[in-house]
Amino acid sequence: MNPDQPILQVKNLAKYFPIRKGIILQRTSGYVHAVDDISFDMRRGETLGLVGESGCGKSTAGRTIIQLYRPTSGNVIFEGTDLTGVSGSALRQTRRKIQMIFQDPYASLDPRMTVGQIIAEPMLIHHTHQGEQAKRRVQELLDMVGLATNYANRYPHEFSGGQRQRIGIARALALDPSLIICDEPISALDVSIQAQVVNLLEDLQRRMNLTYLFIAHDLSMVRHISNRVAVMYLGHIVELAARDELYENPLHPYTQALLSAVPIPDPKVRGKRQRIILEGDVPSPIHPPSGCPFRTRCRLAKDICAQVRPENREIRPEHYAACHLV
Amino acid sequence: MEQSLNYQPGLPEPAAAKTSGIKRYLTLLLRSRTATFGFIVIVALLLIAVFQSQFATHDPTAQSIRVRLTPPAWMEGGDPQYLLGTDQLGRDIFSRLIYGIRISLLVGVAGVAISCLIGSTLGLIAGYFGGWVDTVIMRLVDVFLAFPFLLLAITFSVTLGSSLRNIIIVLGITGWASYARLVRGQTLSIREQEYIQASFTIGSNDFHNIVRHILPNLVTPIIIYSSLEIGVYIIAEASLTFLGMGVPPSIATWGNMLATGRDYLSNAWWLATFPGIAIVITVLAFNFVGDWLRDVLDPKTTYDI
Ligand SMILES: Nc1ncnc2c1ncn2[C@@H]1O[C@H](COP(=O)(O)OP(=O)(O)O)[C@@H](O)[C@H]1O
Ligand SMILES: [Mg+2]
Repeated sequence: MNPDQPILQVKNLAKYFPIRKGIILQRTSGYVHAVDDISFDMRRGETLGLVGESGCGKSTAGRTIIQLYRPTSGNVIFEGTDLTGVSGSALRQTRRKIQMIFQDPYASLDPRMTVGQIIAEPMLIHHTHQGEQAKRRVQELLDMVGLATNYANRYPHEFSGGQRQRIGIARALALDPSLIICDEPISALDVSIQAQVVNLLEDLQRRMNLTYLFIAHDLSMVRHISNRVAVMYLGHIVELAARDELYENPLHPYTQALLSAVPIPDPKVRGKRQRIILEGDVPSPIHPPSGCPFRTRCRLAKDICAQVRPENREIRPEHYAACHLV
Repeated sequence: MEQSLNYQPGLPEPAAAKTSGIKRYLTLLLRSRTATFGFIVIVALLLIAVFQSQFATHDPTAQSIRVRLTPPAWMEGGDPQYLLGTDQLGRDIFSRLIYGIRISLLVGVAGVAISCLIGSTLGLIAGYFGGWVDTVIMRLVDVFLAFPFLLLAITFSVTLGSSLRNIIIVLGITGWASYARLVRGQTLSIREQEYIQASFTIGSNDFHNIVRHILPNLVTPIIIYSSLEIGVYIIAEASLTFLGMGVPPSIATWGNMLATGRDYLSNAWWLATFPGIAIVITVLAFNFVGDWLRDVLDPKTTYDI
């Protein structure tokens, strides 16, 4: 496989959830535009941060990429295969190499299964390991995520949030994935535990050459781990750039507003930057605004912003933004 | 930021936090007085039901007008031969109670099993697959639940005719709806859990999800509900029989005894009282065991030696 070829290509991906009315004859009365025409590539071994306020469609994007939700339109090309074109066992086979780590370390582990059963489940489904072999692999995985190997017979409720998240990571590693979608894996954890889990993810990435799509709801969380960062607003990607570029030269007014809210430790830099307060609420994804999705809260909005949807343009090298005014 | 990766999260090693094994079951059983009581009662009932002819002192159908309405042995006018007295036809109440156990347990367990099987299957399908299947099943449930249980049971038993087999079928098909509703609700909430989504991402399909994740998480609510329902069915058999729609009067059942005893409450209280007490104790026993099962089946329940 060509190492320069993107591991994942997301092309014009959209996911609309129908809103149903009526009890027996269900009519569709509208759609939640959870993800609306997003495109990006991922390079092998990188971490792409996906950031946006809660409700902007990050989880839906992640779940549509892994085909937990079938997309309304668009393509997801993983290692050359378009996942939107396959289904059933063929899909299950293809997406083995994509795994997911969930936000809620309590809800994402079946309370009636032991840790060993949870971690072994992917191997049993795909018949990769059986019996003693599976047992040994479980211990290996527990060790990899920094848990004692004798935890295999315990139940999830006996563990703390951080430990549970490690169990979820071990399960995601069981099939030797190449891409892991991390859906806010640290948002539910204590601040003191967050760094440990991030360090674990980074260490695993180095050892296993993993690629991460790392979802978070604020820019400070992804800064440490990401190589590139994409900013989402109301189902759209409004800006995408290399990490340092994005934090130093944010182009989109929304990114600028988000960044102005991130605390800066250095007082010299802090003094130079103005806090931009976002006014109003995020519009409903059922009736998104015409033109630019951000225009209703943008302090720079002009007439054109209500009429034409801005395309993502490469404004500086490898730095994309969807705004008429840059 | 830079903390050691091999940080071993400090999980206290509980001295004896056992979450499986027979020893855990026994310890948890003996720790609960009500469960111990329930367990002993159920085992005793089963034993007596199996060896009923050894326990009965008389033929439960043998009539003897000469000794009719004899009071219990310890009362004035009582006869030590008839421990709990006799009924209006001179049949031994103690022996009839013994022979009634088999029928009450059979009706309770078999009726619940049929309801549970039909209701849980339909509820699971409705909750898991949703859509129009869900709509159709749940409308049917509404229709069944809108009818009073007894009225429905009477309608069925009039149509089918009264026999022991029919009464079990009647209770089974009238009782499924509440199971369907319970199981659908539970299934809905389980299938929204992230671990179901996680299961899809590791490659499972609907069948695997249902067998490995949904069903194991349904077992506890179903067992608890069933342990309560067995009592309800035992009483329902009694009520139907009481109304003359149940088991033919010639067969000794607690329901039949209660039904006839009602007419003699003022001058021979023992006719209705003893089957009543038997029903209450049996229902309680199943409820106690059900309560205990809820704790035992939850892996979160541990015990200390
Ligand atoms: N299964 C679903 N059915 C209907 N609407 C949904 C569903 N999942 C998410 N949504 C809606 O889509 C939008 C985006 O949700 P989500 O992707 O969870 O956002 P985020 O992860 O960024 O917080 C929200 O308005 C949410 O209400
Ligand atoms: Mg989310």
